[in-house]
Amino acid sequence: MRDAAPAKPGKGPLVKVVDLARYFDVSPPLLNRMLEGKPRQILRAVDGVDFAIGKGETFSLVGESGCGKSTVARLAVGLYRATRGSIEFDGHDFGRMTRRQDMAPIRSRIQMIFQDPYASLNPRWRVREIIAEPIRAYRLLSGDRAINARVDELLRQVRLTPADGTKYPHEFSGGQRQRISIARALASNPEFLVCDEPTSALDVSVQAQILNLMKDLQRELGLTYLFISHNLAVVYHISDRVGVMYLGRLAEVAPARALFRRPRHPYTRMLLDTIPDMDMTGRQRMPVAGEVPSPINPPSGCAFHPRCPFANDRCKVERPNPLPHDDALVACHGVEEGRVPEGPIAAPRAA
Amino acid sequence: MQNEPLLRVDGLRVEFPGRRGTLVAVDDVSFDIAPGEVLGVVGESGAGKSMTGSAIIGLLEPPGRIAGGSISLDGRRIDNLPYEEMRRIRGKHIGAIFQDPLTSLNPLYSVGRQLVETITTHSDISEKAARDRALALLQEVGIPAPERRIDQYPHQFSGGMRQRVVIALALCANPRLIVADEPTTALDVSIQAQIIALLKRLCREHGTAVMLVTHDMGVIAETADRVAVMYAGRIAEIGPVRDVIKNPRHPYTVGLMGSIPRMGHDAERLTQIDGSMPRLTEIPAGCAFNPRCPYVFDRCRVERPDRMAVAPFHEAACWKYADGVGHA
Repeated sequence: MRDAAPAKPGKGPLVKVVDLARYFDVSPPLLNRMLEGKPRQILRAVDGVDFAIGKGETFSLVGESGCGKSTVARLAVGLYRATRGSIEFDGHDFGRMTRRQDMAPIRSRIQMIFQDPYASLNPRWRVREIIAEPIRAYRLLSGDRAINARVDELLRQVRLTPADGTKYPHEFSGGQRQRISIARALASNPEFLVCDEPTSALDVSVQAQILNLMKDLQRELGLTYLFISHNLAVVYHISDRVGVMYLGRLAEVAPARALFRRPRHPYTRMLLDTIPDMDMTGRQRMPVAGEVPSPINPPSGCAFHPRCPFANDRCKVERPNPLPHDDALVACHGVEEGRVPEGPIAAPRAA
Repeated sequence: MQNEPLLRVDGLRVEFPGRRGTLVAVDDVSFDIAPGEVLGVVGESGAGKSMTGSAIIGLLEPPGRIAGGSISLDGRRIDNLPYEEMRRIRGKHIGAIFQDPLTSLNPLYSVGRQLVETITTHSDISEKAARDRALALLQEVGIPAPERRIDQYPHQFSGGMRQRVVIALALCANPRLIVADEPTTALDVSIQAQIIALLKRLCREHGTAVMLVTHDMGVIAETADRVAVMYAGRIAEIGPVRDVIKNPRHPYTVGLMGSIPRMGHDAERLTQIDGSMPRLTEIPAGCAFNPRCPYVFDRCRVERPDRMAVAPFHEAACWKYADGVGHA
């Protein structure tokens, strides 16, 4: 077992991502291209993203479908290779590693939790075998007795009982299955957990259980999280810092409280405006106009400009880079030039 | 609530007969919806909210069946009508919107053809007039350039636009009631807000009553006038939406509200209701919530509570409020 004392955040980043990009070739088949003269098509799922995550920190990526957040998650655990840029974990850049043995020293220190606990557990294996698999695969312990003791400990850690180990996944509810996924992820003593929408398939009361568990485990084990979600309220609750993604790029990165109290990028502000007003303050909200364009053919300049009420000619041609504003990084010409007014965005449009 | 109810559901019971006994998916559910009112029905998976909606539109999947109680629309019972007669009511008087817009649209027909067919089925107008009406509907639900879009097929629309088409389809015959089952769940947050605003506007302009089934309390808070909270096949609490959200009475609702992460609320931990909702095969005796309830006492384990008034128009099915104690 690792030392139980939580690591101090802010001691230099554990994970550092620089100019990360991942393109997918979505061209029609070669024959169609030759016969019909169709061009190659490249989907820029992630197109130049920078961020760093400190030890013991929770960094979240939030955005709508197709913004590239899940692709970043898969890059961050090495399931995809980067097209460009680097991902450094504790000093090892594994973004473009190709060989198994290159990954080996860090492989067990990074784990992932998936969205769907129904699809990510083998239905024919008993829970004990599922959780023991990483221990056996990395040869962390030998002997059934030691492995069983470790599995019991993991089950207790995720608030299940050792007796649950003999059951099959179908005997559990969605929330319990997600606990099993978390236990399996913890089995290799990871330091960095990538969680791709871990509570999106769960009911709210179960979601609360899982979010509480994740926070407890982070405190107990000093874990570092990269948390992916489309749910802004969940992100607000769990994160230290948040990155807002739009069409493969980061629009804004800021500490969670600051981002939600004072969003700067027009897209962040619109996204925040879509959250239902549970406190019934009667706050005027503005539905985001339009939809996310296709990442195959993104708009020129700032990708958000067709939906942005503050866009001008510069936004249409020049792609904004993230620039510091207080404790945030904002990629917006309007914010840089000070022509985006503070306060709520006016001009509500009919739905 | 001074109006005569448009929809009255009284003691509804939905059963699924099976080899290992009968499952009761909806158990003694009663509520009214007034014309122009939006009733939100909220609950977690398996609470019976969608089943209640399906029973009202007469589309329960066999072997599910209505085993008791009654459903009346405008004073007329509709739960015991023959299939053909119910089919005419559905569409003309009751519109339905489901979660996944793709499954409600026929991929082989253009959007216009589906709209025109629905309009001519329910009203006696010419093909030409029906097409004009279809164009007007597409315009109304906010589809840009409807003249161009009307002859396109469902796959050519994005998810949000498809849901708008489904709403247009539901509106074809000017129904008095719309049953919307998770209409925004499959959509992105920004599109979700657009669809909610659209539903609200249509409801206001046409005086259509809406039964909005969802698991998302935020959507209810935005849209509904009243809300019914369901748990294990029964209504745990029902009341004006503001009241229920700000001052929930049933311990389940209290837990549910506390478990929702909210912006600006800096709680280190969310309120947690331990355990999960019982499966239909193992609903406990007494109050179905009693094994998870922090306030449980002896009576809850043996006797099932009925709904009792806790505030004006606000009822909760909880023994805490027996003897009028809860009024304080």
